Amino acid sequence: MSAPSPHTLAALRPGDRATILALDAGQALRHRLTALGLRAGRTVSLIRRARFGGPFHVRVGTTDLMIRIPDARRVQVRKA
Amino acid sequence: MKRVALVGMPNTGKSTLFNRLTGAQAKVGNWPGITVDLYSAKLLLGDEMVQLVDLPGIYDLRGFSEDEQVVTTFLREQSVDAVLVVLNASQLERQMQLFAQLAQFGIPLVLVLNMADEAAALGITVERETLAGWLGVPVCLVSAKRGQGMEQLRSQIVHALRAPAQALSPDDALIEAALKATVHVPAQASHTLTERIDRVLLDPWLGLPLFFGVMFLLFEAVFWIGTPLQTALADGFSALRAAALDPALAFAPPVVSGFLLDGVYNGLTTVASFVPLIILFFLAMAIVEDTGYLSRAAFLIDALMARFGLDGRSFVMILMGFGCNVPALMGTRVMRSRGLRLLTMLVIPFSLCSARLQVFLFFIAALFPPRTAPLVLFSLYLMSIGAAMLTALIFKRRFENSDPFVLEIPPYRFPTLRQVVLRGWHEVGHFLRRATRFIVAGVVLVWLLTNFPASAAPGSVETWAGHLGAWLNPVLSPLGIDPKLTIALIFGFVAKEIVIGSLAVIYAREGGALVSAIAHDVTWVQAYSFMLFTLIYTPCLSTIATIRSEGRNAAFSVLAVAWPLTLAWLVSFAFYQAATYF
Repeated sequence: MSAPSPHTLAALRPGDRATILALDAGQALRHRLTALGLRAGRTVSLIRRARFGGPFHVRVGTTDLMIRIPDARRVQVRKA
Repeated sequence: MKRVALVGMPNTGKSTLFNRLTGAQAKVGNWPGITVDLYSAKLLLGDEMVQLVDLPGIYDLRGFSEDEQVVTTFLREQSVDAVLVVLNASQLERQMQLFAQLAQFGIPLVLVLNMADEAAALGITVERETLAGWLGVPVCLVSAKRGQGMEQLRSQIVHALRAPAQALSPDDALIEAALKATVHVPAQASHTLTERIDRVLLDPWLGLPLFFGVMFLLFEAVFWIGTPLQTALADGFSALRAAALDPALAFAPPVVSGFLLDGVYNGLTTVASFVPLIILFFLAMAIVEDTGYLSRAAFLIDALMARFGLDGRSFVMILMGFGCNVPALMGTRVMRSRGLRLLTMLVIPFSLCSARLQVFLFFIAALFPPRTAPLVLFSLYLMSIGAAMLTALIFKRRFENSDPFVLEIPPYRFPTLRQVVLRGWHEVGHFLRRATRFIVAGVVLVWLLTNFPASAAPGSVETWAGHLGAWLNPVLSPLGIDPKLTIALIFGFVAKEIVIGSLAVIYAREGGALVSAIAHDVTWVQAYSFMLFTLIYTPCLSTIATIRSEGRNAAFSVLAVAWPLTLAWLVSFAFYQAATYF
């Protein structure tokens, strides 16, 4: 498994906040992420990670989400 | 009649709003060109009847998922006079894009901001009338769960139907400006109670043990309440038969009374006997789902299930299947991706349900010493999970999960009694309408097979079922399953609850005499092979009927029957041949 790029959502640690820069995703995933509030300019915070490489629990605005690591790698962020 | 459609994102309480507006009188129905069932109801609004249709929850109208197709097709091809756009009042910043997309259909819209109570608790305020002015459509602030704002909503719908507003095409900039001017979100808007509960329930160490604890308690509760109900119901049906039906048909020829009582009546009571368990499992499922715990469970277990092409929600449904497969199959409706849903439906029937457990307890007690009995039962549970996982691994490429696994984790909510009861009511009605005819036909067929020709003793090897058993002998004898057990398997196709009863008919013995007859007739290796086959081959007609109505695909239904049969044969064959060889 390659180490996640330091500039994606997948690299955040619990408690981190970051600003979303871009979504490096196909159309279907991009639409879904946008509909759930993950879009450029938004602030996202990582609440917790599930054990055994499970999904991330993130918060954007008033919405809490879970997202699998491969999908989280598609979200490019700048750590706040 | 005017038609109004409800459209909204998942987790916005859209169905609760639909139920609040329509009460218990909603019906499931087919629509031309639409691949899923839709709930609809007629209601009196102002002075005219209006048909209200609940469309599937969707995130987007630009995608190609099945649900999105359903909504798009419906709005284009049915005449729709108004659309209620249901959004979560606390999440407008992301949900308004659906409003913008719907505006392009040119159908009059009513914007319904639901969960107003939650938004207020978060300190979010919405200037309703100003927002309506910005957007050019009526805006209602409601709480469907608590019934707040419903009068205003009704009058707004009437108004929208009477004086259809001009279609407008709001762009992103307009919506952003409108929200900025009218919706005020405090800097720290978070659900503090939910956060505190999550710190415990999603704890890295405690989370999984607590999850299994919760599921275990739910099961205990369901059976603690359900078993006496089921027994009482069964006793009631036999009493009714003994007191009224048997005497009433005493003068009819045996063929007629047999057909009516052992065929039709038994079929109907088989269906009815499922009802308490289904209601209770739906209550359990409604609690798990509506409180928001289902998505937490999915979060906790997803890492493991992703490897099998499933997700955390599939796992919860598979667990439910250990009680009864039927509600578990119906519960897969929460899954948006058809591939994922079908794969989960293919896997659930391997869950060792309570009916199969009865058969196993009987055989284990008859053929295994008390010391090894628990191990034998445990091995069957392992086989159940193994068969499920193997099936998922084999078929995960064919039923690819097309939906990205990005799910909302809603705040914890207390479902109201009204919500839970209405849901149970709808689901049971759905099951009864879809399954009754199918199951009664199946029971009648088995009755015919095991009672004809008339010269043969019922259930004996001289009946058609016996001939079928003899004909199947070359296939089943390599598994150690003799013609008598084959007849029991044919009965078991209908429902596992009647397998032991059928053995009593086949052996013409009851209770202890039946146990010793079987122990004399069958070796433990044969018995274990029979149990393996019973575990895997097919749960019951009700399950097949549910797969048929939920999957809505003939080829899938065939696969869901043929694959377990094949797997059952292979596993029993491997076991029996190996066990007799060594």
